[in-house]
Amino acid sequence: MSKIKLTSIAIKVNGVVREAQVEPRTTLVDFLRDTLFLTGTHIGCEHGVCGACSVLVDGDPVRSCCMFAVQADGLSVTTVEGLAPERGKLSAIQDAFCEKHAMQCGYCTPGMLIACHALVERNPHPDEAAIREAISGNLCRCTGYQQIVDAVKHATGAKSGAHD
Amino acid sequence: MKAAAFDYVRPDSLRETLELLEQHGDDAKLIAGGQSLVPMMAMRLTRPALLIDINRLAELKNLKRSAGSILMGAGTRQRSVEDDTALHAQLPLVKCALAWVGHAQTRNRGTVGGSLVHADPSAELPLAALILDARLHLKSKAKGERELPVSEFFLGPMFSDTGATECLTAIEWPVWERQGTGAAFDEVAIRHGDFALASAAAQVQVDAQGVCLRANVGAGGVDGVPRAFPAIAERLVGQRLDNDDLLRSVAVDATATCEPGNDPHASAEYRRHLATVLMERVLRQAAWAAAASFEGSK
Amino acid sequence: MTEPRKFRYIGRHRRAVEHRRFVVGKGRYAADIQLQGLLHVAIVASPHAHAKIISIDTAAALAMPGVHAVLTGEELNVNTEAMLPGVDAPQVKRYPLAHGVARYSGEWVVAIVAESRALAEDAAELVEVEYEPLPHIVDPEQALQADAPLVHAANGSNVIFQRVFNWGEVDAHFAAAPHKLSYRARWARSSTVPIETFAVSAWSNDATGILDVWASIQMPKFPDQLARALRMPGNAVRVHFDVDVGGSYGVKRGLKHAVLVGYLARKTGRPVRFIEDRLENMRGGDMQGPDRIFDVTLAFDGRGIIRSMRMRAVDDVGAYAGRSPLQLGKPVGAIIGPYRIASVQYEAISVMTNKTPQEAVRGFGQAPTNYAIETGIDKVARYLNMDRIELRLRNLIGKDEFPYLIPSGTTYDSGDYATVLGKALDAAPLAEIEKERDALRARGQLAGIGISTCLEPSGGNSAFEPLFNPKNQTTTWMDSCLIRIDLNESITALMGTSTSGQAHETLVSTVVGEVLDREPDSIRVLHADSLNALPSNSPVGSRMAIMLGGAAAGAAKKLRAKLMRIAAHNLGLPESELVYQDGNIAAKTEPAKRLTWGQLVEIAHRKIHQMPKGDEPGLQEKFVLEVPTGGKLPTADGRVQMYPCHSFETHLVLASLDPQTCKVTVHRYVCGHDCGVMISPDVVHGMTYGGIAHGLGAALMEKFAFSDDGQLLSGTFMDYLLPSSMEVPSISIVDHCTPSPLTEFGQKGSGEAGYLGGPAAIASAINDALAPVGASIDALPMTPYALWHALARAEKNSS
Ligand code: FES
Ligand code: FES
Repeated sequence: MSKIKLTSIAIKVNGVVREAQVEPRTTLVDFLRDTLFLTGTHIGCEHGVCGACSVLVDGDPVRSCCMFAVQADGLSVTTVEGLAPERGKLSAIQDAFCEKHAMQCGYCTPGMLIACHALVERNPHPDEAAIREAISGNLCRCTGYQQIVDAVKHATGAKSGAHD
Repeated sequence: MKAAAFDYVRPDSLRETLELLEQHGDDAKLIAGGQSLVPMMAMRLTRPALLIDINRLAELKNLKRSAGSILMGAGTRQRSVEDDTALHAQLPLVKCALAWVGHAQTRNRGTVGGSLVHADPSAELPLAALILDARLHLKSKAKGERELPVSEFFLGPMFSDTGATECLTAIEWPVWERQGTGAAFDEVAIRHGDFALASAAAQVQVDAQGVCLRANVGAGGVDGVPRAFPAIAERLVGQRLDNDDLLRSVAVDATATCEPGNDPHASAEYRRHLATVLMERVLRQAAWAAAASFEGSK
Repeated sequence: MTEPRKFRYIGRHRRAVEHRRFVVGKGRYAADIQLQGLLHVAIVASPHAHAKIISIDTAAALAMPGVHAVLTGEELNVNTEAMLPGVDAPQVKRYPLAHGVARYSGEWVVAIVAESRALAEDAAELVEVEYEPLPHIVDPEQALQADAPLVHAANGSNVIFQRVFNWGEVDAHFAAAPHKLSYRARWARSSTVPIETFAVSAWSNDATGILDVWASIQMPKFPDQLARALRMPGNAVRVHFDVDVGGSYGVKRGLKHAVLVGYLARKTGRPVRFIEDRLENMRGGDMQGPDRIFDVTLAFDGRGIIRSMRMRAVDDVGAYAGRSPLQLGKPVGAIIGPYRIASVQYEAISVMTNKTPQEAVRGFGQAPTNYAIETGIDKVARYLNMDRIELRLRNLIGKDEFPYLIPSGTTYDSGDYATVLGKALDAAPLAEIEKERDALRARGQLAGIGISTCLEPSGGNSAFEPLFNPKNQTTTWMDSCLIRIDLNESITALMGTSTSGQAHETLVSTVVGEVLDREPDSIRVLHADSLNALPSNSPVGSRMAIMLGGAAAGAAKKLRAKLMRIAAHNLGLPESELVYQDGNIAAKTEPAKRLTWGQLVEIAHRKIHQMPKGDEPGLQEKFVLEVPTGGKLPTADGRVQMYPCHSFETHLVLASLDPQTCKVTVHRYVCGHDCGVMISPDVVHGMTYGGIAHGLGAALMEKFAFSDDGQLLSGTFMDYLLPSSMEVPSISIVDHCTPSPLTEFGQKGSGEAGYLGGPAAIASAINDALAPVGASIDALPMTPYALWHALARAEKNSS
């Protein structure tokens, strides 16, 4: 077993440049969680299916379990902790998630929020089909997705489904 | 599920990349989008000693449009192809195929070249490349540049003709004449965005009377490699494509040559059946799209 | 029927308290807990379905820098107690690590503790285990044969539980019935598969002797069982329930994980954590679900009145059993569904195979049983050429028949099944769905309408324990709440269990706010640790609205009564002359004569001289609630009151399949639901949507498949398919409220809603779609491949 080799990286995380020494094999999600203690980003599968680990890299949603931290060197990463416009406030999507009960255990929620933020960035008024497509790479076992779809509709001004 | 230890390097140029490959050969692995590679490393199904990150190499992201073809850097992200509407008009089949590829999160990282090199027999882009008879440009330090038709590239499941010291640099996509050309891609997966149980793709060109001038059709997930059937599709040339019997016979004969595998999600027989059904469908849809291209230009 | 009461906070839209932390990434899950000097665990698992462990060489792993311990079953098993099976089978011994014999592929054999998880995995690769493969058994019916290889030789048989129950005049009813219909229905091995795997950290403080444990747990009596297995006093194990659990729906019972990690923490003297990775979770996490073969015969008359049922259920529990055999016991409490079936013969058989063990799954066995019953109801309709809805209406228990005693000894508390069914049909509306179905058929699709009417027992009691294990005399499954009002006038409520998405903080604050007439958002709800908590049996069996809600109301009522006594004493008026509003208490006739909330609190905290005689100072009350209707042991013939309350759900589904590819699309989904008074309607609807989505997975795509040599074939998220937002349709829920007479506010449970009737309805839709071409399918999951097979079979039969 060779000695542990570390690589220096600097990643702008939620607007702040974070420098660290990491093992190349450390995934971005492990780096966020274990080194930066940003535990809002979750792990569900570590093989690129569940989307719980979604973060924005240079503004685009990606799965942080399918990327090594060294690959994010010099890039900018936004995690769920960085979605609110300011401390104590919520983004429109976050607020709508609360209003529409778009979560239960909350485990998939950070990834869902990342996917939804990315969606409205590209498409400010998505219809139901676009919303479902945008969150289709994020598995939720609690909600059956319905109240998540409702929340995005609510946040983007579209009409919601049942139980308004 | 943590990858075995490796060294990491992010070269600044293709030249440097090729030098590293020359130096490390089989011990090294290129990483582009990493959407298949990283999970495989996490499961320790693959364990390169050196990971060479070519994800940011601008040289691999060029797009050159010329008459009759498009030369696309292998490192082009799937998402940027998806967003390039001009490209859609020239490569309608690629657009159709991308609609079935993964999810926003994976397409943001995943590259076109990465998907080809990974050579998953049920992946969409390899099938599209086969149907269009794309040419691949590979480079190595020792042997320089090499070009080969994609039909010679896929050797088996997750196995492509990429030498240990080679890097796929570009994909040359033949562009068909816009008028009269139609494409279609269809697949059956139990869950949206997953690799398909079986898939099919077709691109055809017809004249104003609906007579086929050019056609190719293929299927994924029904053999160790994606399959295209240019010789069988040739039968369509000179025929009108509103003939279901003709389309079916092409599909049936094509899948007869496949050797699908068995797994808990689908038996070989079912996969063959699916591919037949889907090939007939994509031929029909491609023919409709081809016919519709005339209406658009009137 | 009594009208539902009017409430101030109950039943209204209210933002869940928990969401605020979840949306900003400030949840606190077990894997988020960072302890100083934390060590990490990786597992070496058996590659064989059944094998003798000849030798284990750990030297190379131990020698690796960064490795702190390598543990085998040899050491662990002599230092811990075996975990108990839920039934009387003392020879089925279960420890976290295999010792001597490994009984399924994926069973843990060696645990490695290292500085990081990656290092632990590196070291795991260096462990050498020599195995000698033994004959194995994966098919549950073959496992019942006398000559089958034994999973636990000491048990003498693969059957871990078997009993035939006869409730009512089964033979007479069968003899008298003009028609009988037999069928087999197969429920596949699926599970709840939460997105969070199981995670546990433990730290042992040598000085205090306390082992602190943080785990993503949802399990009754977890702290007690952990202490027992570790041979520690109960007061030396402190389980922290203030951990957010990332979904469970039954399965988060990582006792073996916690025993292992607790032992390792004590052994190394360092905090140790184990987070299952997804592969470990699927293969060796022991969290797969019921896997059943039902053989059923129904006896009925020409009008479709079902008189009697014989049901034999064989459940494959896998290689070891915790509570899994009891999942055949819980359905005893709703064995006739919502129908007036007068007698039942029920044979329950739990059989062991060389597969990953089964754990509790949403509904605790009821969803498969409901699916089996509903399959038969549809079959009877088809046999009699009768409308499926009409047939159900003829058999549904009428709203005036409650309380209704079923043959197996449970009394259904209340319900109005026909009305809920009618509401769902109207909401659809059925005529429109039929039109859509016809349009789909005209386009060449195989389209069908599915229906199910199912019971949802709630208020989880443990009556199946004594029923399935006479040595177990448990007759209570209490839950509790403690509430205090501090000197600064704020209310804090304490619960004794963790939450896995059921919004208990919202539940308790709403209930306490209702009783004390205080703004719920001002009420803090906390999860005590197990050494500070009152007894709880955790959120299983759809029980918390009833049990935790009831306990919270009980404690709040005690406080309210105390405040009334203080006011009466100080205002010099009898309580009957006082009104309580917003926490202030005033004379009925003279509103100026009053004591405010603040004044009352101040008296209680500071002015003992103003306190009524006999009242303690301060404001703190607890309430331990016994399950309504609980307290009784089963009769000799196995009749027992299972759960107290009975919610009802009906599902109406329009689905189609492409006749060529056999891909299924669900077009419309309506669920009529009656769970009594809803305390938090958004929460109830959410769980119902989620239950339906989970049911859709079980019906159409989810299965833990095993190869003939006992290897798990669906061990990743690429092979075990959880439905995504693209497969789950938009769902309409139609509410109805028949209050329960047994609970504080008329509430019933709903934590398992949706899942209990969803698979049955989807299966019904698919069979309705297949019927015109003479095909049918009675096995889940109804994957495209399975459907293609069913169509091919029908084609062959017709030619
Ligand atoms: S944890 Fe990254 S996709 Fe599941
Ligand atoms: S809220 Fe629990 S997994 Fe989505």
